[in-house]
Amino acid sequence: MTKEPSPKKENFVNVFLEEVSRSSLTIIVLAIFTGFLLGGILAAGTTPEIYDAFEVSFGKGISESLKLIWETYSSLLMGSFGNPSKMIAAVASGETKALQAAFKPFLESLVVTTPYIFTGVAVALGFQAGVFNIGAEGQLYMGAIMAAWAGWTFKGLPPIVHVPLALAVGTLTGFVWGFIPGWLKAKTGAHEVINTIMMNYIAFNFSEYLIRGPFEDPETPFKTRFIEESAHLYRFFEGTSLRLHIGLFIALAVAVIIWYILYKTTWGFEFRSVGLNPYASKYAGINSSWVTILALSLSGAISGLAGAVEMLGVNFRQTQALSTGYGFDAIAIALLANNHPLLCIITAILFGFLRHGSRVMQINTGIPIDIISILQAFIIFFIAAPAIIRTIYRLKEPKPANEPV
Amino acid sequence: MAPILELRGITKRFPGVLANDHIDLKLNQGEILALLGENGAGKTTLMNILYGLYAPDEGEIIIKGKPVQVKSPTDAIRAGIGMVHQHFMLIPVFSVTENVMLGEEYTRAGGVLDTMRAANKVKEISNQFKLNIDPYALIEDLPVGLQQRVEIIKLLFRNAEILIMDEPSAVLTPQEVEELFKIMHNLIAQGKSIIFITHKLREVMECADRILVIRSGKVVGEAVPSSANPKKLAAMMVGRPVELNVQKETAKPGKPVLNVENLTILAKNKKVEVDDISFEVRAGEILGVAGVQGNGQTELVRCLTGLMKAESGKISILGKETTHSDPREITELGVAHIPEDRQKDGLVLQSPIQDNLVLNTYYQKPFAKGIVLQKDAIIKNAKNLVRAFDIRTTGPGVPVSGLSGGNQQKVIVAREFSRPIKLLIASQPTRGLDVGSIEYIHRRLIEKRDAGCAILLVSTELDEVMQLADRIAVMYNGKILTIVDADLVTKEELGLLMAGITTKISAKKRKARKVREIVT
Amino acid sequence: MSNQIQKKEKIIREKPENLRQVIMGALFLLIALFIGFVFIRTTDTLMTTTFVMTPGGSKATLPDLVFNTRAALIAISALCAILGVYQLIKGFGKATNWILGFVGILLTTSFLAWGAGGGSINVGGMLRVAIMRSVPIVLGAFSGILCERVGVTNIAIEGMMITGALVGSMFGSLFGLWTGVIAAIISGGLTGSIHAMLSIKYKVNQIISGTIINIFTVGLTSYIVTKILQVAEWQYLNQSGFFPSYSIPLLSKIPFLGPIFFSHNMFVYAMYLLVGILTFALFHTRWGLRLRAVGEHPKAADTLGINVFRTRYLVVILGGMMAGFAGSYFSLGSLGYFEQVMSAGRGFIGLAAMIFGKWTPVGSLGAGLLFGFAESLSTNLSILRFPIPAELLLMVPYILTMVILAGVVGRSQGPAATGVPYEKESL
Repeated sequence: MTKEPSPKKENFVNVFLEEVSRSSLTIIVLAIFTGFLLGGILAAGTTPEIYDAFEVSFGKGISESLKLIWETYSSLLMGSFGNPSKMIAAVASGETKALQAAFKPFLESLVVTTPYIFTGVAVALGFQAGVFNIGAEGQLYMGAIMAAWAGWTFKGLPPIVHVPLALAVGTLTGFVWGFIPGWLKAKTGAHEVINTIMMNYIAFNFSEYLIRGPFEDPETPFKTRFIEESAHLYRFFEGTSLRLHIGLFIALAVAVIIWYILYKTTWGFEFRSVGLNPYASKYAGINSSWVTILALSLSGAISGLAGAVEMLGVNFRQTQALSTGYGFDAIAIALLANNHPLLCIITAILFGFLRHGSRVMQINTGIPIDIISILQAFIIFFIAAPAIIRTIYRLKEPKPANEPV
Repeated sequence: MAPILELRGITKRFPGVLANDHIDLKLNQGEILALLGENGAGKTTLMNILYGLYAPDEGEIIIKGKPVQVKSPTDAIRAGIGMVHQHFMLIPVFSVTENVMLGEEYTRAGGVLDTMRAANKVKEISNQFKLNIDPYALIEDLPVGLQQRVEIIKLLFRNAEILIMDEPSAVLTPQEVEELFKIMHNLIAQGKSIIFITHKLREVMECADRILVIRSGKVVGEAVPSSANPKKLAAMMVGRPVELNVQKETAKPGKPVLNVENLTILAKNKKVEVDDISFEVRAGEILGVAGVQGNGQTELVRCLTGLMKAESGKISILGKETTHSDPREITELGVAHIPEDRQKDGLVLQSPIQDNLVLNTYYQKPFAKGIVLQKDAIIKNAKNLVRAFDIRTTGPGVPVSGLSGGNQQKVIVAREFSRPIKLLIASQPTRGLDVGSIEYIHRRLIEKRDAGCAILLVSTELDEVMQLADRIAVMYNGKILTIVDADLVTKEELGLLMAGITTKISAKKRKARKVREIVT
Repeated sequence: MSNQIQKKEKIIREKPENLRQVIMGALFLLIALFIGFVFIRTTDTLMTTTFVMTPGGSKATLPDLVFNTRAALIAISALCAILGVYQLIKGFGKATNWILGFVGILLTTSFLAWGAGGGSINVGGMLRVAIMRSVPIVLGAFSGILCERVGVTNIAIEGMMITGALVGSMFGSLFGLWTGVIAAIISGGLTGSIHAMLSIKYKVNQIISGTIINIFTVGLTSYIVTKILQVAEWQYLNQSGFFPSYSIPLLSKIPFLGPIFFSHNMFVYAMYLLVGILTFALFHTRWGLRLRAVGEHPKAADTLGINVFRTRYLVVILGGMMAGFAGSYFSLGSLGYFEQVMSAGRGFIGLAAMIFGKWTPVGSLGAGLLFGFAESLSTNLSILRFPIPAELLLMVPYILTMVILAGVVGRSQGPAATGVPYEKESL
């Protein structure tokens, strides 16, 4: 007789652990470590003082380099999480203001994390169904600007109506932006990668047109109007400089819902089957065209929602179009999370905290925030080509699946 | 005269399979040597070794008396060996000349192509061997028969002395085959030597100078067509020792379940794959479809199960027309399908066993309520089936990719048999399985038949068809040549039919048989 | 039996051709009607338009073209209508795409004539700028052509360009413009070799590999700008200046065409040269034949003794060098220094131009010129009588590319094996 694992009720922790071990935790940890190491070397290598130190002596050079790397990453951490000593002192004092000040970096990092969760989940959802959504950026854009439109056009609505309405408008716009390439792929076979790239640039130009044209604020050129108060997302610390808003929880909810759909419903079953083996899916009677269209549309809808949440929770108005990078980083987030919606939360936190912390790092150490992009590129480089990590650290090849006969 | 090519003791092992077992072969100059054998007998492996695509584990290759090392196609080309692959190695958007000269380009100074000179050479070869090819035509505009001639020109352009042709007639119409034989005779008349791989006995009798029969990686016989007995050759080719014996009662056929009328199916390139066939399968009987791979069986099954569109004709299942139904509608009528390519069509390899066991029922009760999957029910189902069908695994959560071939097939059988089914379409259900699994699956098929299920069994394994089927339809070139009672036909006769030879069943015997219909 | 099938086949093949003929004819007629109802109705009988035919500062002059707006519009509309009717009745057959292009030019001309009605517009200057704007797009498309023709998808053109732009500027500042160009080409080759390594050796999904390169190069170049080039004492590293314009003797004296085509800097002439060289190399040399074979059917190439991996490596690196060269245009051919994200998506438009041009150098040149014209026109729109927003015009290249890719106006399909890693064992 065969042994079976005792049937445990699934909880998130179990799911996490299972997924982490499946996507080979060692590789991920080493990839992140190596990425940071190379980033540190780059930081040291581009700092003139380090060369001066090396001229004094080799040891001095090394110690100065290490010091610089330490300072860089510790201020990165402090920027993203906050200063531990201040945090302890604030907790001890129990004063609201001190607490808020001490935890501000952490809370602000969560604000930056929010759109990453959305877009990461959006891209992961597409990957699971076998479509590559490179257009999260454009979908986010369109979602944001149309949510803004809904935010100022409707006046006198109570927030309980206005906020969902504006979010729905943004989501729907993103849905349409994803539907078009999805439909084109299903009906004409046009590759979704090219089409989502094209849709990105259509979105950039179109939103720019809106900002300079019909949506322009008569008083401040190149900016849209402000949205009505009634469309603002609830902020937890209203009246302070802390911007943490309910959007984070919407994002978490979306991640959980998508996880639920993917792993607990017949839709998800179809998505994953088509993503893994379109032929067998056809054999099983699954309509793969429908899955392709739906997956890209849903992926677009989530990205659109990301834009809407960012608009209603943080920006309140759209200024001139500038690439946010959320959509492209989302590919890295999904990849790092092995396309699992719940793991996307963790990797989105990693990227969000890096992104926010880097600002403090730049002020303290003069290392530009762009080092974050470089770190991200290194990390997905090693995740995508694990053979390189295995070579560097002389890890063994994973055993092929054993065949119990 | 010394042979132009000699293979001595060629042995090739793949994991678990001895593909070539000390094969000796001699090819004389100016002759057509046929390698005759069933699919999987090791013919293609042998030729891939000769062409440098595989390295042999043992043995040596001797050309014109000198041992040579053939480690890559480049070596083979240099040694004067050329191969026409079963799947043409032609680039559709290139012209004939471009395809022919690729790798051996005629150039002027600085690598500039001299297409005109190459085209003249192509024209010259075409004229010399009466191939009738326009050097400037695009490959994608040429019919398959002419494409094959381009492949031949490719070899002649490289001055190949020894031409290997791997199943050259598989993709051709009968007329094109006749043309091909003429070309082959032109070639040997001008001093070339040809190795001709095939499993079609009729063709061998028609065009070969000498025949080498290969079975299970070994040379089992040699003959000359003028004096050979086709029956004996057929027996040699398919005559592996009978190792499987299935106990079964006489069938008690009921009402027709599957009706096929004048079905014609075209491939994407408009080639006729299934040509105006009609048959029926009744409840409680197994209709076996015998035939060499590539004679339309794959397309027939794909069409019956809704994976491919019919060009004309009518399919009905249990009285309901399903000619234009999609796979799900057909499945829901109570049709089960064991697909030919189980890893591509039948399973999602990376998914766990439990999901694969509900691959086409996941949306039905009890596995789903509304759109919510009922994981408990899915797992319970999996546990039951794992036990009932003896799938060897550590648990239903294991990905199917971690199972052996036999257990993978059991997953499919378990899934398809666990539904209430009226019709089972099984395509190559035991291909590549070990003896134990084969026996198991055979038993299950008979059980289903006895329970009143109609079964269409498509197999290239003659033994399998003969043992399981109650009636046997032989497919050749997209047509059903005949449908006969399984008890009243011998293996040799079926072998001849599979090779397209219809006249060999003597009239006397035929009378004694209940031959239900003959469609030619 | 087989005759019947051949007949069927014929019918199936003819159908889309007929459909296309009707759609095209209807489209031409629609354009004629559009000009009639929108442009002509909103134009006075006495209104005149002035087309200035000489770019500013040019010595080869051509008198301005002054004409009656309404009369010109009526003529153009009638011409479109005639073409449409002919297309509907007889059809232009293989020339349809050329006629479509011609109708496109007619529509653009009528739009300009109508928009500038009662005033003037410098057509010559606009076309000259269009040529300049098209340089990075066309060279980027060439990079894409090389990579995709050999079977590797390249969405990293943008990243390779931005690398070339920065390296070009830095080396240009230190060692002179030509050294800058060469360094840019080498740097592009290096990024190309990363793409080659990831997608050929490690068989990483080529889209992911491209994304990695894009994120990395945009990050690294911005990092270097902030960390080094913006520091006062290092600013001399980013003052390369740009290649001066050179008017080709005689050719630049041709009225109208001369100043538009033959009074540019080195990059424009390099683009002209490369169109020829690349077309010749791809379609008339052994190298090109093998390259295309590897991109279409690597197995076939392999059985004929062509080294698929080596060919792919070399050509992808070459594609990177092309993109590096394209990138150096931004700093060394146009602005004179490096700015963060100065390529602004031109790599992706290059990709679009490659698709639009059906993976051929000449076609991509045409597409690139068209896209360049759209950019050039977009900066001139505000002076028109009825300004349409520049941003909407800038969307046109992307929309056109999607339309082309969907097969609405003639199918555009890339090399068969693009994006698929080659596995030698699968023989």
